[in-house]
Amino acid sequence: MASNSKTLRSPLQVARGLGSAKHGTEHWWSQRLTAIALVPLTVWFVFGVIGHLGADHAGFIAWMKSPFSAVMMVLTAVVVFHHAQSGLQVVIEDYVHVEWQKMALIIGVKFLSFALAAACVLAVVKIFIGA
Amino acid sequence: MANGSGRPLSPHLQVYKLPLTAVMSITHRITGVGLAVGTLLLVWWLVAAAAGPEAFARAQGFIGSFFGLLLMFGWSAALYYHLCNGIRHLVWDAGKSFELTDADRNNKVVLGATAVLTVLTWIVGLAVW
Repeated sequence: MASNSKTLRSPLQVARGLGSAKHGTEHWWSQRLTAIALVPLTVWFVFGVIGHLGADHAGFIAWMKSPFSAVMMVLTAVVVFHHAQSGLQVVIEDYVHVEWQKMALIIGVKFLSFALAAACVLAVVKIFIGA
Repeated sequence: MANGSGRPLSPHLQVYKLPLTAVMSITHRITGVGLAVGTLLLVWWLVAAAAGPEAFARAQGFIGSFFGLLLMFGWSAALYYHLCNGIRHLVWDAGKSFELTDADRNNKVVLGATAVLTVLTWIVGLAVW
């Protein structure tokens, strides 16, 4: 250990490169990166939804058969769920202080988020390549 | 100060009237959680469209119902709030607009933009629906 008098390495030398010193800003940065991406994606999504409010199933399928729309919808779903799970993680970390409950909630939120994102992607892909 | 140390106290939430900036800060978080729950509707919509016309009609029927429209109204207002206030957070992240006068002005900008965008969306939405 750093406090062991038999080593010449200082406590700082032992601590360097451990813990948040490696990835301190990673979570913060990915939250901001997805936030920036969601500005244009949200604008596209809102216009798209308004444009297809009265559409029947065929109209919706035609919309998702456009490569641009399909790519934008996949991006929207993936980035939305990535942003949501990272935001919910911070909320859970702030308010849940029993360790196992905190871990269980974070794991649950992350698994559910990525499962739902996968479901959205598969839905868009199915429509896009479907007959 | 009440703790005798002369150091500032953090506001006691049950007796301290939060300034608008603080209310808007916690609202950002609340709308974020609400939007996360609301994504379930997006998943249902997309999966229903992939499943077929009947499933899609059921999803559209729910969204078009009174309860569905109420959810959509809340969801759209939360979305615009989180979008506008999120952009404001990105400005803060860039190290700008920390002065109180900026914060007070931006409170109004975010609330105004949220209201205008929400109302505009519903006027256009109900017109084309």
